[in-house]
Amino acid sequence: MRRILSILLENEPGALSRIVGLFSQRGYNIDSLTVAHTDDETLSRITISTRGDQRVLEQITKQVNKLVDVLKVRELTERPHIEREIVLVKIFAENNEQREEVKRSADIFRGQIVDVTARVYTVQLLGTSEKVEAFIDVMRENATILETVRSGTVGIGRGEKSLTP
Amino acid sequence: MENNDKPMLSGAQMVVKSLEDLGVKYLFGYPGGAVLDIYDALFENEKVEHILVRHEQAAVHAADGYARATGDVGSVLVTSGPGATNTITGIATAYMDSIPLVVLSGQVPTTVIGEDAFQETDMVGCSRPIVKHSFLVKKAEDIPGAIAKAYYIAKTGRPGPVVVDLPKDIVNPLIKAPYDLPEEINIRSYKPSSKGHPRQIKKAVELLLNAKQPVIYTGGGIIASEASKELTKLAETLNMPVTNTLMGLGGISGTHPQFIGMLGMHGTYEANKSMHSADVIFAVGARFDDRVTNNVAKFCPNATIVHVDVDPTSISKTIQAHVPVVGEAKKVIKQILEHIDSTDSKPSDLSAWWQQINEWRNVKSLAYETFDDKIVPQQVIESLYKVTNGDAYVTSDVGQHQMFAALYYPYKKPRQWINSGGLGTMGFGFPAAMGVKLAFPDADVACVTGDGSIQMNIQELATCLQYNIPVKIVNINNSSLGMVKQWQSMFYNGRHSHSYMDSLPDFVKLTEAYGHVGMRVTDPAELDKVMAEAFALKDRLVFIDIIVDQNSHVYPMQIKGGKIDDMVLANKEGESN
Repeated sequence: MRRILSILLENEPGALSRIVGLFSQRGYNIDSLTVAHTDDETLSRITISTRGDQRVLEQITKQVNKLVDVLKVRELTERPHIEREIVLVKIFAENNEQREEVKRSADIFRGQIVDVTARVYTVQLLGTSEKVEAFIDVMRENATILETVRSGTVGIGRGEKSLTP
Repeated sequence: MENNDKPMLSGAQMVVKSLEDLGVKYLFGYPGGAVLDIYDALFENEKVEHILVRHEQAAVHAADGYARATGDVGSVLVTSGPGATNTITGIATAYMDSIPLVVLSGQVPTTVIGEDAFQETDMVGCSRPIVKHSFLVKKAEDIPGAIAKAYYIAKTGRPGPVVVDLPKDIVNPLIKAPYDLPEEINIRSYKPSSKGHPRQIKKAVELLLNAKQPVIYTGGGIIASEASKELTKLAETLNMPVTNTLMGLGGISGTHPQFIGMLGMHGTYEANKSMHSADVIFAVGARFDDRVTNNVAKFCPNATIVHVDVDPTSISKTIQAHVPVVGEAKKVIKQILEHIDSTDSKPSDLSAWWQQINEWRNVKSLAYETFDDKIVPQQVIESLYKVTNGDAYVTSDVGQHQMFAALYYPYKKPRQWINSGGLGTMGFGFPAAMGVKLAFPDADVACVTGDGSIQMNIQELATCLQYNIPVKIVNINNSSLGMVKQWQSMFYNGRHSHSYMDSLPDFVKLTEAYGHVGMRVTDPAELDKVMAEAFALKDRLVFIDIIVDQNSHVYPMQIKGGKIDDMVLANKEGESN
């Protein structure tokens, strides 16, 4: 099962490598990982998308929590939450028909064309991972994808409950 | 710099002053390029005694032995590159057994980090999976804070090793900065829990009071949190049997009538049988290691498990706990005792359970055969026990001798038994014994070892002469890697692939060459006499080379993949391989 972990940790050199090291050393999966400092620059927030049953996830959560640099760990997928991912897709569209199709699909998905050349469109799209996947699938059917880059999921819990120190 | 109340010191001086102010008595180390300035600052100090080992691995094991015997943090200082990488095995050993250590490693100057400079190694990276935490210090004024935090992190919560990497330019003797050692440590991301949750305590007590076939199963956590007295009191209050892990021996006296021996792979018949039949298992400071549980799918099917540990990751890692209690062993047991006092319920009558346990005891799973013409290893440990009156600190290496030393020397108190339980590091025992002897110069300190293990750190004979550290080395010499050979005999059709030590050195002469006393015994009738002679030489290191039967096996032994109590017991057939 897919799970999203939010981790609040000290913004110190080496802190990220401890998290990543823990995952690789204990054989846990990382589907995606994002990291940046928060509104408080002394803190970093990591969002990790991972997979595992309840037992594995409990171990992961506890192991991450045990790291000296880590302040808080929360499983986002446990409660109502919002998740977003951004993708940039570079598409080769040779003729008018393809260009129209790309434009139309981008509109339907509420994506934006952020770069255009004579033969290439670059589309930016924001949404959940499922939406991003669906968009990439549609584009693949309509034209030739040259490259894609995904930010990985970020997420935040709904309501007043917050991940703070 | 106008900071009047803070003394102005160089980074190197700060390292030494921090150690002094934190009360470090012994620093085990080895100098080299990156730490020359620190060594120069050490030259003037009178409070911290530096012990120059002969290999950095031994420095860590010695500091580790010191830490295990005293409960204080062990301290190590090494140079960058090979000095640092040589500590890795020692750090991993301490990490697996939760031993508090601080390892200070030199590093190339910050200006050349990452450029493959001479003797450069990413020590923080290399050690990352085997440390509790690490610091790469980048400014001289941060040194005291990092070192103080390192000692604090090493000894609190679940203890463990901490590395402090010190680049050469920040310890430059010419650059001075205000020295400010924090008096109190407050790390917002690190708050180890100490007391158990009252609701969990209540649940635990209810289970304990109503148990009909309970076992108390404890490990190194009892030793680390100094909970031996509380454990004994709890066991006596509830009249429950107690089994210890390899790391937990001495947590309750090995001579206590309620002690049913070590459990696990080479545990006693009664310990493993009791565990398997238990209705309630009260586990404290133990982690259901694979060397204990055997096949986890078949583990103790009828037991409700209460698991107390300071480290939440240890709980329900391999075996699901029914009542998890996160907290320090000592505090939680105290809470449980108080709760028992405050309730009206009385513990169940366990006489039927004890009758059953005593039947298992009567199997005498540790009985062994003796011979007129050859010594068997079990005899050696029993002789050691007699000669030292059961009071010695015993360190061990890894292999058959380790199991014999665990099973045949009943440890009366915690910290008396010192071994590499988790990592199983050959070469641990001798340097660890040095650390113990320095901590307790008047006590008998014996390193029980074998002809394989002792050669992995034998160079420390020189250190022992230089600093007059008169430990006793009890070398159980069977000219083979006994435990490997035992497995080959039992599971590889007797194909003894590379487990035979040909061309052993003459250990007696070797010891004498290093300036110590060597003795050799081959005759069982002489064993006690020679052992007594060796221990009578209080101020000399004595290497007792004891030639033993080459075919002895350690029994009982769990059958791989089976239940905890599926065991092979000693018999003639087993011995004949």
